[in-house]
Amino acid sequence: MAKLVAGVGCSHVPAIGVAMDTHITDQPYWAPMFAGFEKSKQWIKEVNPDVVFLVYNDHCTAFDASCIPTFALGCAAEFQPADEGWGPRPVPVVKNHQKMASHIAQSLILDEFDITIMNEMEVDHGLTVPLSLMYGEVEAWPALVIPLAVNVVQYPAPTGNRCYNLGKAVRRAIESFDEDLKVVIFGTGGMSHQLQYKRAGLINPEWDKAFLDRLTSDPVGLAQMPHVDYLREAGSEGVEMVMWHVMRGALDDEVTEIHRHYHVPASNTAVGHIILENKAA
Amino acid sequence: MTDKPYEDIPGTFVFDADRGREGYHLNQFCISMRLQKNRDAFNADEEAYLDQYPMTPDQREAVLKRDWNRMLELGGNIYYTSKLAANDGINFQELAGIMTGMGREAYRDMMLHGGRPIEGNRYKKEWGED
Ligand SMILES: [Fe+2]
Repeated sequence: MAKLVAGVGCSHVPAIGVAMDTHITDQPYWAPMFAGFEKSKQWIKEVNPDVVFLVYNDHCTAFDASCIPTFALGCAAEFQPADEGWGPRPVPVVKNHQKMASHIAQSLILDEFDITIMNEMEVDHGLTVPLSLMYGEVEAWPALVIPLAVNVVQYPAPTGNRCYNLGKAVRRAIESFDEDLKVVIFGTGGMSHQLQYKRAGLINPEWDKAFLDRLTSDPVGLAQMPHVDYLREAGSEGVEMVMWHVMRGALDDEVTEIHRHYHVPASNTAVGHIILENKAA
Repeated sequence: MTDKPYEDIPGTFVFDADRGREGYHLNQFCISMRLQKNRDAFNADEEAYLDQYPMTPDQREAVLKRDWNRMLELGGNIYYTSKLAANDGINFQELAGIMTGMGREAYRDMMLHGGRPIEGNRYKKEWGED
């Protein structure tokens, strides 16, 4: 049977992708941000998951305003990196474990999570930047990737509690798949940032640190946080962090924090990163 | 009425369903800038290209004038308007420099020094607004 062994929380700032693609990661602006992912690259090489279940959001790229699914599961054979207005990222095509994705789709809906099924989808920086941070520059992604796109652009995003419980259903779906596969789940986005209007540039490191702490110690309580707290305290785009609850919900109640990294700034954003392992893993 | 507990946050538009409705055609225009063939057509004749999108006269004027804050006031969302900015060679950080009125250098400098602090920036009343 497939087994879910660990979770990764990770920001997905587009400028990080640009920095990697233009080979300026060793510049003083970027070097400390990337240094915090050296251990992560080593870790994922050792764990070597067969499949990454990657929770992210599309930034008005593959989804325009005509259709806004709250949860959309990528079921296509592969996903091309999208042109977001400055040309597609020069990174490998993302390949799915299509049979497992179909199983997860069926399992989630019968488990009362009424997800949208995407049989064609391009993927933007929200998905490719975390892969780049964890795997570096590669010819082909070392793992198959099942994307779950979450609406966090038009208010309201799903609640933290809904995301947390979806994570539990994702775990049940993964671990009822009849193939011996090792799976890691990513929750991406955040941390504090506001990209728009007169309050742009908001960063709240104390709030971000408390979020990372409670992710390990009090995930159920943390998932109860109302949207307005994210919007006010972590910036209008900080509400992306609800996606981290899907990752946390999919893990055991008790987890071990393997690694953490926090850095300000990457463009307009606080970069946060955490690796959590199931104790039994 | 629809509960909007976020309306007292200063300097912020929360892109809710009402804003999504108001900004629909503006945002659909902006996302079309994602593709090179559309960027070429728009850059060749902005007025003619905009005729395809039934936005309000105010929205159309904001686009033509590149009044980024006005676009947000009229239902635009940053992830859409950033596509138009990208067409103009403006990235997210430069756009934030414009929208905050700080300018590119001062904004970049603020971010290098830890960003805009939360203290004094939680409520409109802290900004002298109601
Ligand atoms: Fe994002």
